[in-house]
Amino acid sequence: MRRFELALPRSIDDCLKILSERGSDAKVVAGGTDLLPQLKNGLLKPPWVIDLSGVAALRTLHNGNGHGLRIGPAVTARALELDADVRHHYPALAESAALVGSVQIRTLATVGGNLCNASPSADMAPPLLALDAEAVIVGPRGQRRVPLASFFVGVRETVLADDELLLEIAVPSPGPRSGGNYLRHTPRRELDIAVVGVASQLTLADGVCAQARIALAAVAPTPVRATAAEDALTGHAVTPAAIERAADLAVEAARPISDHRGSADFRRHLVRVLARRTLTTALARARNGRGED
Amino acid sequence: MAKHILRCTVNDEPIEVLVQPYVTLLDALREDLGLTGPKEGCGTGDCGACTVHLDGEPVASCLVLAMQARERSVRTIEGLAKGTLHPLQDAFVRGGIPQCGFCIPGVLMAAAAVLGRHARPTEEQIRYGIAGNLCRCTGYTKMVAAITEAAASMQEETLR
Repeated sequence: MRRFELALPRSIDDCLKILSERGSDAKVVAGGTDLLPQLKNGLLKPPWVIDLSGVAALRTLHNGNGHGLRIGPAVTARALELDADVRHHYPALAESAALVGSVQIRTLATVGGNLCNASPSADMAPPLLALDAEAVIVGPRGQRRVPLASFFVGVRETVLADDELLLEIAVPSPGPRSGGNYLRHTPRRELDIAVVGVASQLTLADGVCAQARIALAAVAPTPVRATAAEDALTGHAVTPAAIERAADLAVEAARPISDHRGSADFRRHLVRVLARRTLTTALARARNGRGED
Repeated sequence: MAKHILRCTVNDEPIEVLVQPYVTLLDALREDLGLTGPKEGCGTGDCGACTVHLDGEPVASCLVLAMQARERSVRTIEGLAKGTLHPLQDAFVRGGIPQCGFCIPGVLMAAAAVLGRHARPTEEQIRYGIAGNLCRCTGYTKMVAAITEAAASMQEETLR
């Protein structure tokens, strides 16, 4: 491991003070499952590392009672995977968390780390995009709220400035007649990185789709929404034909590359298949009233 | 680089040790505390050979900074047996599970976490719980059988 100094803040104020002094020279560590490999292989060489594990306020998970979720950035994937409220009302998010790494990784890996590392294949990003989550960011100039759709700027780049910290992920309640699902394709089930990931969230009203959100991972420099597919569903009955049409349109949002995980054509094919499957499951869950009430 | 004082509990003993800020928990356990049960296989969290329990939950100790264990409780394979062998260790010995043995400390700690959550785990629950542990001798089938057997013997013990 490369050498660095370690700061051990105990409060959010401590974090902000250290970030304002050393932000440009520092990397923040929460779970460490993404950062430590990069420190070990020399991809990152920060003189300072700021450890968030001593800041209890960042680990809180406030659940809804009809008002949505407020997720501290240091809440682990394992906590989201096991939380009964998240599993019931936000199944796409629980499913994505359960796919991260292995138990040993999920016990460490955090939702904030997954978002701030901004890998195009981050598993927890598509469900949070499909749930219309917001990033609450704090810095020396106070707090600001950024829709997650605007949070990602490029591969491993976000809107966070050097002196800012992700304070919370705010997820609005999807409503009583809403359902979601996340699926990804990987050659093996555990400890793998998505070739493609798709999250769908459907909300029904009066027999038609009141709102549709579809988000894709690993097919563009950032996780992206498939807005053309969403628009085609909104206001219409969600028939199998409508789902097929939306799945075809979802491919338009994909700008995949070819790499060792899969060709661009294979990724486009996967977007269509996974969009169809996640929309079908999301619809069944919406009909069963799996959204938050 | 200024060293930090790490205070935590390792295998129920309070410890205090000076560590470099960039040292992993795995290296502190092995190099500073002489606990060489947890192994470094890959160093990137993929193989599970370094699995220890942190506050009772299984983690890849190669991805934890030593100082992140401050004021927390760590358990390694050396702390699994209490007096006699843990039922998991007993089942692994009797079943002849270890081949090269390198993965076994990590597998046992992952398996202990499965048994902590499910008294009578299904095969699927066992496989899910040890999916983060690679065995290059590929002895998984017998491991699953031994973990199932250990769960049964622990239940008998409780009923007795």
